[in-house]
Amino acid sequence: MTRAYRVGDELPPLDIPVTRTLIVAGAIASRDYQDVHHDAELAREKGSPDIFMNILTTNGLVGRYLTDHFGPTAVLRKVAIRLGAPNYPGDVMRLTGRITEVAAGEPAEAVVQVTGDNGIGRHVTGTVTIALPGPSPKRSGT
Amino acid sequence: MSGAGAEGRRTGADAPRPGAETSENAERDELYAQLRAYEGRAAATAGRGKDPVNEPMIRHWCEAMGDTSPAYRGPDAVAPPTMLQAWTMGGLSGHTDGTGRSAAYDEMFALLDGAGYTSVVATDCEQEYPRPLRPGDRITFGTVIESVSPRKTTKLGTGYFVTTRTDVHADGERAGTHRFRILKYRPAQRNKDAEPARRPRPVINRDNAGFWAGVAEHRLLIQRCTDCATLRLPWLPGCNACGGAEWDTVEACGEGTVFSHVVMHHPSFPAFAPDGEGGPYAVALVELAEGVRIVSNVIGVPYDKVRVGMPVQLEFLRTDPDLELPVFRASEGG
Repeated sequence: MTRAYRVGDELPPLDIPVTRTLIVAGAIASRDYQDVHHDAELAREKGSPDIFMNILTTNGLVGRYLTDHFGPTAVLRKVAIRLGAPNYPGDVMRLTGRITEVAAGEPAEAVVQVTGDNGIGRHVTGTVTIALPGPSPKRSGT
Repeated sequence: MSGAGAEGRRTGADAPRPGAETSENAERDELYAQLRAYEGRAAATAGRGKDPVNEPMIRHWCEAMGDTSPAYRGPDAVAPPTMLQAWTMGGLSGHTDGTGRSAAYDEMFALLDGAGYTSVVATDCEQEYPRPLRPGDRITFGTVIESVSPRKTTKLGTGYFVTTRTDVHADGERAGTHRFRILKYRPAQRNKDAEPARRPRPVINRDNAGFWAGVAEHRLLIQRCTDCATLRLPWLPGCNACGGAEWDTVEACGEGTVFSHVVMHHPSFPAFAPDGEGGPYAVALVELAEGVRIVSNVIGVPYDKVRVGMPVQLEFLRTDPDLELPVFRASEGG
């Protein structure tokens, strides 16, 4: 955690294969039993070509993308996302991120703009504020 | 909160709205005015999370998300912050008494459902995490309806955006804010079981009745001027070469080539698409061997494989029990 983060830094992209299993597991783990997230037939009746990922799963994946990159001592402060093109089974979503603000302090905070694009367009646009503690005196990654 | 007072107000909203299609604007304004009255009202009061923050639910979440962060495991584990909303969810059994949902929220949804806006999709989620959640924390929450948008048309359908804000507390301490926006909409596509999409009916009059009589016998008839022998298609009352009013017919041999074509992507028109799903379809101007041209569909190849100069062969396609049309099958490659 000693490296300095700078405005303009790009996060390495993360590809998320959007499997049917991920969509259903994410919906159930977030306790979202809306049929459009697990029942393809009912999803079609509601005008969707298939089941699609729920917003809570997208939120969780965006959070994971940030903490995977900044490490387990980084703490999410704010996550704001907007959804566009749905994540349907069989697609791949590529998450990308760019640091747009860094505020010094105890701890320092960074603002990261996140996008997630799939085969049909932009699934998610987000802004994440994350606290970046320096080398931790306690609880060292055990 | 007692539901008794709410019942009386709900009946009007649940009543069918037969005038919805004919007075769309009036309905919109009226419904929007009703919906706006809910702005600022509670969507949930004294809500309680069904489960305290707990390790199994955290683990299931991390497994689903593929999140291997050590911060969410072990004796010092915290819950993934983005899991905030999960602790407030009603789950499969829904929001029963004591877990939150207010009569106002149910009423507003009943209004929308009653007007045909039956589907829901979430569009925005904005969360702040002032304090981490740890196993054992007891969750309470309150939700307010912040705003309702005017009626909007989206790709999914037409509907209203509803924004709510939920304040989440853990053991009485402020732990999170969760602003959530959904679109409550009327699906754009109807249930396929309802009735299959039909193509528009041709307008048949005394000038073109002979053409459609030919189609009924699987003959594509071209008009021919009996004065100057010029062929014409589509059918017209007079010759566009010499002005002659007399005519007879010639039956097309059925051979042709694609003279020109376009691909229709939008708006989707399921009846024209070969898969019936509203996908793109090709419209071609086919030049018949006799020299006249006709607008039709090219079948037997994907829409993006239609080419100028492609040889095609006449066929008659029954699109539904009451309609048969001349179409052209690509003969290239058999």
